[in-house]
Amino acid sequence: MEHYLSLLFKAVFVENLALAFFLGMCTFLAVSKRIATALGLGLAVIVVQTITVPVNSLIHRFLLDEGALGWAGIGQVDLSFLGLITYIGVIAAMVQILEMLLDRYFPALYQALGIFLPLITVNCAILGGSLFMVERGYNLAESTVYGFGSGLGWALALVLLAGIREKLKYSDVPNGLQGLGITFIITGLMAMAFMSFSGIQL
Amino acid sequence: MDRTQGKLLLEPIVDNNPITLQILGICSALAVTTKLAPAITMSIALTVVLVAASVIISLIRRHMPGSIRIIIQMTIIASLVIVVDQVLQAFAYELSKQLSVFVGLIITNCIVLGRAEAFASKNAPWPSFLDALGHGLGYSVILIAVAAIRELLGAGTLLGVTVLPLIEDGGWYEPNGLMLLAPGAFFIIGLMIWGIRTWRPRQVEKPEYRIHIVHRTEGS
Repeated sequence: MEHYLSLLFKAVFVENLALAFFLGMCTFLAVSKRIATALGLGLAVIVVQTITVPVNSLIHRFLLDEGALGWAGIGQVDLSFLGLITYIGVIAAMVQILEMLLDRYFPALYQALGIFLPLITVNCAILGGSLFMVERGYNLAESTVYGFGSGLGWALALVLLAGIREKLKYSDVPNGLQGLGITFIITGLMAMAFMSFSGIQL
Repeated sequence: MDRTQGKLLLEPIVDNNPITLQILGICSALAVTTKLAPAITMSIALTVVLVAASVIISLIRRHMPGSIRIIIQMTIIASLVIVVDQVLQAFAYELSKQLSVFVGLIITNCIVLGRAEAFASKNAPWPSFLDALGHGLGYSVILIAVAAIRELLGAGTLLGVTVLPLIEDGGWYEPNGLMLLAPGAFFIIGLMIWGIRTWRPRQVEKPEYRIHIVHRTEGS
């Protein structure tokens, strides 16, 4: 249990996908102007990440890894080079299924997420989560925890940044730094704040 | 090469740079720039994928049904990235270890899909080639500049060769460790954008709110 708690804490704070690994930066910078939209996108990322990382973990373990096809009697086949194209396919399919399910059973949530759901397919935080899972060799339980944690960390950073940017509207920023420039500097300061978590071991 | 074609090639380098103006492909620009060597590798890898994807998509643009074009483009890009990844693992194993997951993440790099969707799927192969090459170069310029600053200030070296001798080796330079960490990358790109926009004021974004400066003759 402690192991999973430590993994969750690490995924949310210490190895924050947005602030420590720079993943999903394009959406991160583009969709952080208002807290309400940031919350919607953050929620969508958490849901998609919690589903896709374990699914990709299963696919990696039973189909693609070296010797993974042993159960089918062809253990010598190594399909790991097909990883990238498979993971992105799984992510695209998952997002599509989720979109249809939400539309059918939770139309209010579907309306709230709107355009963000399809955009998640090309959010590198999602693909990055799956690739880190493969690189670090997480098992099914670990990858579920990691998927949830990394999604939560990304969403947290996004909402925090949106909060700061909403306040920032009224400040007097130098001309050339207006908009994108100052956003980068703020994100840098936030990353510094998150680095203070790095010494913590649970 | 006439004028418009030259513009296609040169415009993305400063005037319409994918990173500093269009906010595309930032993730990898920040992550692989702690040292110069991986940044150069990454630039080459991205430019190769971008150019190849643009030309292929432009060649088949008349045969792609609109409703499934995104998935076709993703498949083409993913296949090209797999090829690049395998080549790197075969010939530059150390570098590919350093780049870790970021070669794979070229698939979701918005520049590639963005150019495929916005330019290559509407234009002939030769202009698409120039446009892709220009955007690849624009990305590479920023990436290499950021990496050079970070490696020089953070470790006193360039491409592993000592430029500023460190105090611990008997020199005079005290390395700035912050440059090698995540915040350093954000600060450098932020300041770089400030610099470019001061040089080219046309790129400055309009503020959403203006602070109203009260003149002394106004009000009380």
